[in-house]
Amino acid sequence: MPKAFKPSVVTANALLEGDVVYMGASGWVRDLAQAEVLTDEADADIRLIEAQAQADTVVGVYLAEVDPDGPTPTHFREAFRAKGPSNYAHGKQETA
Amino acid sequence: MYSYTEFDDAFLAERNAQFRAQVERRIDGSLTEDEFKPLRLMNGLYLQLHAYMLRVAIPYGTLNGRQMDQLAMIAERWDKGYGHFTTRQNIQYNWPELRDVPDMLDALAEVNMHAIQTSGNTIRNVTADHFAGAAADEVADPRPVAELIRQWSTDHPEFQFLPRKFKVAVSGAPHDRAVIKAHDIGLRIVERDGALGFEVIVGGGLGRTPMIGKVLYDFVRSEDLLPTLEAIVSVYNLLGRRDNKYKARIKITVHENGIEDIRARVDARYALIRAQFTGVDQQMLARIEADFAAPAFVEKSIAPFEAAYTNDPVFRAWADTNVDAHRAPGYAIVSISLKAHGATPGDATADQMRVMADLARRYAHDELRISHEQNVILPHVHRADLPAVHAALKDAGLGTANIGLISDIIACPGMDYCALATARSIPIAQEIATRFDALKIEHDVGPLKIKISGCINACGHHHVGHIGILGLDRAGVESYQITLGGDGTEDAAIGERAGPGFSADEIIPAIERLVMAYLDLRQDPSETFLATYRRLGLAPFKSALYPEAKADAA
Repeated sequence: MPKAFKPSVVTANALLEGDVVYMGASGWVRDLAQAEVLTDEADADIRLIEAQAQADTVVGVYLAEVDPDGPTPTHFREAFRAKGPSNYAHGKQETA
Repeated sequence: MYSYTEFDDAFLAERNAQFRAQVERRIDGSLTEDEFKPLRLMNGLYLQLHAYMLRVAIPYGTLNGRQMDQLAMIAERWDKGYGHFTTRQNIQYNWPELRDVPDMLDALAEVNMHAIQTSGNTIRNVTADHFAGAAADEVADPRPVAELIRQWSTDHPEFQFLPRKFKVAVSGAPHDRAVIKAHDIGLRIVERDGALGFEVIVGGGLGRTPMIGKVLYDFVRSEDLLPTLEAIVSVYNLLGRRDNKYKARIKITVHENGIEDIRARVDARYALIRAQFTGVDQQMLARIEADFAAPAFVEKSIAPFEAAYTNDPVFRAWADTNVDAHRAPGYAIVSISLKAHGATPGDATADQMRVMADLARRYAHDELRISHEQNVILPHVHRADLPAVHAALKDAGLGTANIGLISDIIACPGMDYCALATARSIPIAQEIATRFDALKIEHDVGPLKIKISGCINACGHHHVGHIGILGLDRAGVESYQITLGGDGTEDAAIGERAGPGFSADEIIPAIERLVMAYLDLRQDPSETFLATYRRLGLAPFKSALYPEAKADAA
């Protein structure tokens, strides 16, 4: 049985800096809170294709599941990507 | 140390210029990511969880003060002021930006360093005993032959697209400090009838299918070494399982074909190619060996050392754990711990790198080594200078007296940085070190190697840890599996899985129960954790790890 679609965001790494980015309503954003939450699978597929077409800007595009309340990550890997490493206040937490 | 020739300098300059152009073409859109990725990986550039990561080779772990200073400069100028020394004798920068990497590579080339073959399916940075050239038990310095192998393998046209990465380690001593039995090829310099040669071990490796290497040849003469290596890698290149990346390492090739079949194939290949090696490599080796001539050791009184050892308990504790015997009278090998309690294993700030570079110049004949255990070595320090070295290290936060003890933990970057990881390693290492520091039993526990990997690829060498910890993702939760009884020395052994994994909250108390059980079980303080484990087996330690299971069974 196919896995039921869950609310997701489109995410990737920025080509120049390498840091985690999310697709917002009008472009790539650094903060998960500003990401566009996709609740419909067909919409998500379209946004994913749009994102993959921006290979001159981002690398490694994929859909990451989120809790739409926030949104917040549902998996610890995405939580680390959204925050930064746990040993130093580097990455996104540096400027939060 | 090996001194680069004009050829070496020109090669690096050309290679860096080539990569600079490739980066520009990626940024302007001429290259797709699919086209660019293999090119950046050939130059040590990964894209990790939060940023790019540049992996720089420190061939056979050897560098001098100028090179360490340059690593510090790069950390400050293009990164966040620190670097991470790895189990493969590399340094990794965790935060470079793509457009800066060509400048970083040029800065490395200024001091004869590079990032070539620190990634990709090729022969990786050749590693060696970190006490090379200094160890009291050494038969011969392994670095000249490691340098020869580096030169032979760099850009070797036949071996740039192997089935998988390929790792070679070299040791020149009977006590294995280079984990040679867990490498694709492990070489140990041995003496027979007054001549030096090599024991050649193949098919070792950790990761998904951990295996201890098998002896392919017990003695290969020096002049036959390169054709032998070429024949081995050539046979692997042909037989390696390109259909399945998880089965693509030579350990699987050896396992599936058997060591006798591999030996027959290598013999046949060797017979075909031997004549191509005309002896030029031995002329090269002679030149390289001259570069690695021992420094001019001096004779002086060790009274300052004896006075400090008698009068200063802090110095004594450090000298007991961080100082090893040297082959020259009056000298010692100093291991600088990059494992301050609560710190990230293997990390050094730019300032700390400069302190170590300065100490190398002032007290260690301008030599430094990086160990696979993520520490830094000053290989040639006169005992008279040890108090001054210790004082400077303490001031820099580098004076932790814990080499070989429970807080001297190998930990891969784990999911804090690595895109492949399935759980974090660093916080677990930090918490274990902090906990046992609080308990003040670290020195009582004695020699104990804990090694932590954040995924099955085993960059943290957990399989050969006396206590190994493997971080996994269990239904979206970090889970840590314990293995016991692993050993990375000449008595190499793969650890035995103890049972179900522990959550991040449970793992520190579990390790504490394990260590407390050892203290109860050992015959006397001289019996190490590993010796106790080998005497008693898994059962009593398993009972300590899983007391509930014991109660349920009662």
